[in-house]
Amino acid sequence: MPIECFPDAEAQCADLAKIIRPQLNPGTMLVGIHSGGAWIARRFSELLGLPDEIGLIDVSFYRDDYGEKGLHPQVKPTSIPFDVENRPLILVDDVLYTGRTTRAAINELFDYGRPASVRLAVLADRGGRELPIYAEFCAWQVELDPREELILEPDENGKLRWRLEKHG
Amino acid sequence: MDNPPLSNPQISADGALTHLLSTEGLPREILLNILDTASSFLEVSDRDIKKVPLLRGKSVFNLFFENSTRTRTTFEIAAKRLSADVINLDVARSSTSKGETLLDTIDNLVSMHADMFVIRHISSGAPHLIAEHLNRIDRSDIHVINAGDGRHAHPTQGLLDMFTIRHYKKDFSGLKVAIVGDILHSRVARSDIHALNTLGVAEIRVIGPQTLLPAAMKTMGVQVANDLREGVGGCDVIIMLRLQNERMNGALLPSAREYFRCYGLKPEILALARPDAIVMHPGPMNRGTEIDSEVADGSQAVILKQVTFGIAVRMAVMSLLAGN
Repeated sequence: MPIECFPDAEAQCADLAKIIRPQLNPGTMLVGIHSGGAWIARRFSELLGLPDEIGLIDVSFYRDDYGEKGLHPQVKPTSIPFDVENRPLILVDDVLYTGRTTRAAINELFDYGRPASVRLAVLADRGGRELPIYAEFCAWQVELDPREELILEPDENGKLRWRLEKHG
Repeated sequence: MDNPPLSNPQISADGALTHLLSTEGLPREILLNILDTASSFLEVSDRDIKKVPLLRGKSVFNLFFENSTRTRTTFEIAAKRLSADVINLDVARSSTSKGETLLDTIDNLVSMHADMFVIRHISSGAPHLIAEHLNRIDRSDIHVINAGDGRHAHPTQGLLDMFTIRHYKKDFSGLKVAIVGDILHSRVARSDIHALNTLGVAEIRVIGPQTLLPAAMKTMGVQVANDLREGVGGCDVIIMLRLQNERMNGALLPSAREYFRCYGLKPEILALARPDAIVMHPGPMNRGTEIDSEVADGSQAVILKQVTFGIAVRMAVMSLLAGN
């Protein structure tokens, strides 16, 4: 797929925020998964007028492939600056694929307390699920070859954009 | 048997950290990776549930052939916060005293499916011997952490000292670091000096009475001073070492009072260092011997933060090793 065909990630953020807005429960907080999810969560927090405080999760300490792959070389600290107990949460990630990252993030969240609910918002769902996980909010359904990796990154002006990387 | 003199069994053929034996020869990128990873573990200890599942199902054996409550406890806490099972062996009172050799003890624990050994030993090189043994019997999947061997090395203390310095000073270049006290018998001093050299500080000064300074110190890339006032002047970091009481009996020092008079860190001496200098100590400290209470409890002392950071650093080392 040539790079020109990729949807505008910033526009996707805005579209998704519109879908989320009517379904926001009072007291909802955002939790972004490092690093793509964290950028998107910051966009949502501006677009939806939510508090500046957002949770950030690095799932490296909870991954199920640690035994084979070891520790991720650049682990970022997890930071949940609010009380998770009884709080409605929206977990934010860039790409939903096998569901294993989401599983790890949910496990980590529960070590902070018992949230009232956890819903998942992603910019892209590329199928290929290996766990019973579902994104309630999703901007883009896309089919990709397993050797392709969809990467979200900021350009030189800080605007989010998609890039495709081919492996093997 | 082929045994090259410069063998470094802590790094595998592909450059990964397999064991942690010494900060000497520890590549800069591995050292920095440990410090970065430790930063991420700091937050885990602040949670309600102070645990992550990384080492779930792994067995960590604490083998302390020499007593140390604090180091053993911090290793135990670190392993437990990674969800490992921790087995503390009171080796001083068990098999070794019945005549079993060190490597026979290790082989028995390997048969009990150990995944990691944390070893403290009075003999320099004991953890090295065990790591080489494990590599030789093709069990480098079992990792060794040196928790202090003789006068040789105490790498996790060295790493937590580097973590503490970076936490307060951000950058190593340009720093002047003073290490004060019994350098001769101090594995902490050696581990600090190797790590500080790797990280590229501007100047390392070792300060102590002539009887407690090893003759070969200058070859380690440090400045040597016998006068505390001169040595501490303009420093950014002051690392005080514990004076072991048994040194008094060996004719190396006249008395604890005399030592405090010449080498104890007192407020008026600390005032000669930079105003934002930090004071560190690996503990347990002897108030009134190497450090004045006013300094130990003062705003420049970061001694208790070192203890907190030590847990995060040990979590980082264990999780990086177990993943390699």
